Amino acid sequence: MLSKKNKGILFNPLSKNNPVVVQVLGICSVLAVTAKLEPALVMGISVIAVLAFSNVIISLIRNTIPNNIRIIVQLVVVAALVIIVDQILKAYTYEVSKALSVFIGLIITNCILMGRLEAFALSNKPWPAFLDGVGNGLGYAIILVIVGFFRELLGSGSLMGCKVIPQSFYDMGYMDNGLMILPPMALITVACIIWVQRSRDKDLQEK
Amino acid sequence: MENLNLFIRSIFIDNMIFAYFLGMCSFLAVSKNVKTAFGLGIAVTFMLIVSLPVNYLLDTYVLQPGALAWLGEEYASVDLSFLALIMFIAVIASMTQLVEMVVEKFSPSLYASLGIFLPLIAVNCAILGCSLFMQQRDFGSAWTATVYGAGSGIGWLLAIVGIAAIREKLAYSNIPKPLRGIGIAFIITGLMGIAFMSFLGIKL
Repeated sequence: MLSKKNKGILFNPLSKNNPVVVQVLGICSVLAVTAKLEPALVMGISVIAVLAFSNVIISLIRNTIPNNIRIIVQLVVVAALVIIVDQILKAYTYEVSKALSVFIGLIITNCILMGRLEAFALSNKPWPAFLDGVGNGLGYAIILVIVGFFRELLGSGSLMGCKVIPQSFYDMGYMDNGLMILPPMALITVACIIWVQRSRDKDLQEK
Repeated sequence: MENLNLFIRSIFIDNMIFAYFLGMCSFLAVSKNVKTAFGLGIAVTFMLIVSLPVNYLLDTYVLQPGALAWLGEEYASVDLSFLALIMFIAVIASMTQLVEMVVEKFSPSLYASLGIFLPLIAVNCAILGCSLFMQQRDFGSAWTATVYGAGSGIGWLLAIVGIAAIREKLAYSNIPKPLRGIGIAFIITGLMGIAFMSFLGIKL
C-alpha cells in the first residue's frame, strides 16, 4: 500500500516539490482567500478533495481519452467535482461559502489541477494518482494555512474568528496592522515563505 | 457615461491582478520580457471581450432561475444556475481554440512566442473569474458585460507589461540569492499592488 515510492509521491509535494512555492502553481487562490484562517482552511480541504478525486477519475479513464481533446475532458471532470463541492459548501457552511465567493468556482482553473492531471494522472495507475493528489493538495493547503495564520493574526489579532491577542496589549498601545488584510501583503507574505524555504534549501535557488 | 465609469473602474480600481489576483500563474511565468508579455496581454484581453458577452447571454437566457421562460410557461420555474461553472468553462475552452486558430493564421510569430500559454488561456483564472464576477454583479446588458471584459483585459495587460518592464531591468541588480527569480517577482507585484491601491479613493 505505502511502498517507498508511494511515500515519496505523497510527501515530496509537502516541501521539496511544493506546488505553490516551488512549482509556482495555483497562486491566485493562495493570495485571495487567505485574509482569514477559516476560509483558507475550507479552501485547502476543497482543493485536496477535488484534486484527489479528479486524479483518480482521469487515471481510471486515461487509456480511453483521445489525446486531442484531453484538456476538455479534464476540464469537464474537474468542473463536475467542483460543482459538487460548491453545492456541499453552500448547504453546510453558507457563511464561508459567501466569503470565498467566486474562488470555489475558480478551483476549476487552478493550475495545480491541470498540472497534476497532465503530469501525473495521465501516465499512472489510480492508487499512486490518488496519493499524488492528496500530497499536492496538502502541500497547497499547508501554504494556505501558513499565510492565513499570519495574515489573520497580525491583521485582525484573531485566529479562526476568536481574539487571541489579549486586551492588555491593546491598552498598552498595540495596534492591528490593517495592511496585512489588504491584498498586496499576501504576495509579500508568500515571498517571505519562499525566502525562508530557499535559504534553508540551497538546491532550489535560481541562478 | 455609466459604461465609461465601469471601464475605468475595471482597469484601475478592480484590477484583475492587484485587487483579485486572477491570472497570477501566467502573470508570473510569462513576464520575463515585455514583448511576450504584451502578446499574452492582448490575447487575454481579446478572449475576455469575446467570451464575456457570450457568457452573459448564456446566463441571462438559459441559466438563471426563470431564464427559460421564453421557451414557454412550463419552463419558467427551471433553475439551471448550478450548471454555470461547467457552461462557462466550456464556452471559454472552445473560444480559446478559435482564437488559437486565428492567431496561428494571421501572426505566426506571435503564435510561436506565446507557445504553450495560448492553450493555457483556457485555464487562466482571469477569464473564468471575470465571467463569474459578471454573473454576481447582474449587469444590465450584453454591451455592459463587454465593456467590463474589455476594461478587465486592459487592466491585466497594463499590469503584465509593467511587471515585465521592471523584471527586465532587474536582471542587473544584486538580489539576495534565495529571493532571486520568483521571490522578488512576488514582492514587486505586492509593491505594485500597493501603488494601485492609491486609486481606491477615486469616486466614479
